Parts: sequence; C-alpha cells; structure tokens
Amino acid sequence: MADPMKIRATLVGDSTEVRVLMSHEMETGQRKDAAGKTVPAWFIQSVTATHNGKTVLSAQWGPAVAKNPFLSFKFKGGAKGDKVQITWTDNRGEKRTDEATIG
Amino acid sequence: MITMLRAALAATAVALGGMLASPATYAQAGSAADEIEKYRQALQDGNPAELWEARGEDLWKKPGGPKNASLERCDLGRGPGVVKGAYAELPKFFADAGRVMDLETRLVWCRVNLQGMTEADARRSPFGSPERKSDNEALTAWITSESKGVAMAVSLDHPKMREAYDVGRAIFFFRGGPHDFACSTCHSEDGKRIRLQDLPNLTVKSGAQRGYTTWPAYRVSQGELRTFQWRLNDCFRQQRFPEIEFGSPASIALTTFLAYNANGAPFAAPAIKR
Amino acid sequence: MDRTLLIALASFSAVTLAGCAAMRTGADEAAIRAKAIDAMKTSFKEKGQAKLDRLNQDETQALCSQYAGKELPKDVAATIEKSNLASIRYPQDGKLVGDWKRGERIAQDGRGFQYSDDPKGPVGANCYACHQLTKQEISFGTMGPSLYNFGKLRGYTDEMRRYAWGKVYNSQAYSACTNMPRFGHAKILNEQQMRDVVALLMDPASPVNQ
Repeated sequence: MADPMKIRATLVGDSTEVRVLMSHEMETGQRKDAAGKTVPAWFIQSVTATHNGKTVLSAQWGPAVAKNPFLSFKFKGGAKGDKVQITWTDNRGEKRTDEATIG
Repeated sequence: MITMLRAALAATAVALGGMLASPATYAQAGSAADEIEKYRQALQDGNPAELWEARGEDLWKKPGGPKNASLERCDLGRGPGVVKGAYAELPKFFADAGRVMDLETRLVWCRVNLQGMTEADARRSPFGSPERKSDNEALTAWITSESKGVAMAVSLDHPKMREAYDVGRAIFFFRGGPHDFACSTCHSEDGKRIRLQDLPNLTVKSGAQRGYTTWPAYRVSQGELRTFQWRLNDCFRQQRFPEIEFGSPASIALTTFLAYNANGAPFAAPAIKR
Repeated sequence: MDRTLLIALASFSAVTLAGCAAMRTGADEAAIRAKAIDAMKTSFKEKGQAKLDRLNQDETQALCSQYAGKELPKDVAATIEKSNLASIRYPQDGKLVGDWKRGERIAQDGRGFQYSDDPKGPVGANCYACHQLTKQEISFGTMGPSLYNFGKLRGYTDEMRRYAWGKVYNSQAYSACTNMPRFGHAKILNEQQMRDVVALLMDPASPVNQ
C-alpha cells in the first residue's frame, strides 16, 4: 500500500491553488539494479483531481516524471471548506486517493 | 494552469548536461554555476521531505514494538514528549543514558527503552532504500521539522559535551587512509568547490551554520531523505576510510563539534539538495 | 586549564574557538588527540577494501593532523618534506611521459579505494575534482591551483618533467601538509598511470597545453 499523498489546497482570490506530493518510485524501466538486471517500469499513469465530485484536472503521465512527484495546479472556483480529491493510478493498476479541505 | 515541476526540471538537467559537455571558455564556468543555482532554487517548491515527515509523525504517535508503546514519552532533551525545538539543542548529555547523544542515537535509545525493541532491531536500516524504508529517516525528518526556524543552541556546559566537542574537532582534522584525507581537506577553506559543488567551510561560523542547518535533506539524485548520520557516513566513504558506525562515539563527537559551531543560526531543514 | 574560562571563551565565536585551542598546552592537546583516536578505533568497521588499518597514521598524516588549523612550524615542515622527498621513485627506464589521452581519462575518474569501489579497479586520480586542467572541461574544482597550460608556461624541460613526476608521486615533498594525495607513494596510481598523468601535464599536444 502506497504512502498517503500530501495535499494542500488554498484559496487565492477567485481560484484554488492545489499542491500535491505523491510517494511513488516512478521507475523508468531503463535502470539496472546492482546485479545488472533491468528494474521493471513502475510509474503513475493517470492523475485526476475532483472538486466537490467534479473533475477539475485529468492528466496522463509517463516514466519521465521524477520519483516522489510534485504537482501544482490552479482551478477557478472553490470555497473554503470544500473538498479536493486526488487519485492516481499506476501501470501496475495500483491506486491511491487522498483528500484535502480548501483553506 | 498545470505545473509539473519536477518533469520540467528533468528537462533543465538534460539541458545542463548538454552544456557541460560542450567546449567552453572560463566565463561559462560561471554561467554553469548560475544555472545550477537556478535549478536549486526551482527545487525548493514541493520538497518530498514532507512525505517522510508525515510518515515520521505517524511512527512517533503510533504504538509499536514488543511493549506496544508509542514514542510520545520519549525525552529528546526538553522533557518527555517535547518535540518542538528539541533538535536545535542536540547533541546533549542524557543523564538517564549516561552519555552524549545526537537525535538518531536518542531515537534508538527510546525505541529500546520505551518500545522494548532490541538494540539490534532499533539500529537496523538507519538509511533507507526503495526496497526498505527507514524508520530512522522518517522519524528524524519529522522531529527536525519541528525545529524549523529555531536558533541552534547546543550547550557545552556539561563536561562530557565539552569533551565530545574537543574529540570531534580532533576527528575533523584527522588525516588518514591512502589519500591522506580528513574532513578538513574539503571543509576548512572559504569559497572552494569540488567539480562544481560548493563546499562549506565548517571551521567558521557562517560555513558551519550553512552546512549543519540544512540536514536532513531530500536528495533528488537519490530520491531519499538523508540524515546527518548519513552525511557523515558518506563523507567518510569518500575519504576512503572504513565505514563509520551509525551512532558511534566518533560520529556523535563530530556531530557535536559541527552542531555547536552552527549555534545561533535558525535551523532550516529538512531541506532539499540536488 | 581553567574549564570555566575555557567555556566562557568558547561561547564567543569560531574565532575564539581557534584561540582557545591554541591556549591549550601541548599535553592537553595530545591527550585529546589520543582520545579521538581511541574513539575512532571503536567507531569504524571494515567494509569492502577499506580495512581498519587505514586509521593508522604515518608520521606525515599525524603531524599534519596535529598542526591542522594553525601555522605549521618551519622545522616540522622541513622534516615532512625531507622524508617525503626521499620516498620518490623514478621509473627504472627513465621514461616519465606516457599517453595524455589515457592521462585525461585518469584525471576524470574519481573511482578507487572507496569501500563502495571494486577493489579490482579501475582507479583514477580525480584531478578535475580540485584542479582546472583544460579549456574543454568546465566542471572542475578549485581546491588546488589551475594547471591549465602547465607545461607551456613552465617549459617542456627534463627538469619540469621530473618535477611533475615528483609532485604527482608525492606532493608532500614540495609542500608540507598540502591537501593533495601522494599518488605514487600511496600506490594509488601505478607507474604507467603516473606517466600518463605526467603526459597530460607535460605533452605539448595535451589539451592542458592548448
């Protein structure tokens, strides 16, 4: 089970700024281990963000994104106390969803 | 607007690599250093050290070990359970243990004495890898984060602290091994660098402050959070010395020397480094 | 030594720290160094090729540690330089200059002698870690002086080639307590590698001299 994400959502003027840290190895599939064996690719493939159940961001990722990725984005609207939910799915089908309250 | 910061940074790094490989004149060494500085600045946003901090806070509060006890009664020097500002006063002489301890050594002590772990279990995996995460790194990340902004205030009032400082200083200047290296080989002059890596002068206040207060740090090149014990361990590896043992007397003495020299500076870690 | 005074002084700053060390008697300092060595003996464990004998200092290492952070007395410097000069060995066949291309690779390579390194090699001299050598390589350190145009500026003479050999072989012979490793004396580089590094510095065709 992957570690929880660290999500911060803040209202700035009329938009919400969201900053997310994800805990993930993000293996490219290019690296070799000490024994010379290729480490299989293992990376987050899709990320979605919802605000009060409505999708505000949907992204397709690849193995070029660094380990423990940091994502920051803004969307219009949102009010203090609203929920922002982030979900990622990796190429092994593992999934993680975390939630933050807009402050 | 979407910023996939670290993906963009990877592109910067590739561009830098290309630049380093191309023929260049003296002037460009300066601009390469400037570009690296920009890269370091860009890294400051979204430090993954926070992931370790979150895990560490959990480990601190969650009951564990054979006694199924949490670490919340652990005395880091400011009384049982006081975490705020504790790291800025470490290392410290602990009367209950009868010796000087740095944070990482103290955590082993608490895990043995409060949680009932064996010394060997508490000392296992001080430094993590993707295959095996380190509780020490997570706990250290969280506890040090609770001293962010607090001025370093290590006291040498206790004679054992004074002794640790003196011994640490002697180890700092100890030259040995096939290459005749000491800590001081790289860290006792201002404005020097190895390749393009700037080296802090740890024998003067400003350098010690800059060096000491920015550990632990998330190392982007390793994708791991590294503690001060790790920093010493890896320096001695590059010095061509044998391996310094985690929490050993020499490493605590050296930490005491460096931490005391950093006194007065606001603690600024967990940081992020290349 | 009055401990209270010592602590009071120590609280001033790093400047005072240095002064305070100087105020200690030689016997006090020797006792601290002995304690430090004891602490180190119990704190390190052998790993890979790095055995515990690496903590045993030779006379040069011990003296340079003792006088680190303060001025090196002239007679001590002379003692160090004399014994290290006597250790320098020149090749039997008298050939001091090898292939600068191999020398460049040795100058770029920082591997060797760490417990994480393969004991079977390869081993480099990592010259670029501390020195500027060529215009092409901009990733160079500044611990040591720039060696760009080393041979061109000093002249391609036998005397300079012998000096370059000696300096790489045992730098302590010319500058007591220098930071530079003693590449020949400590058997970090073999004879052929020594020649190749000398070529990098002294061959007129080497990029160092362009």
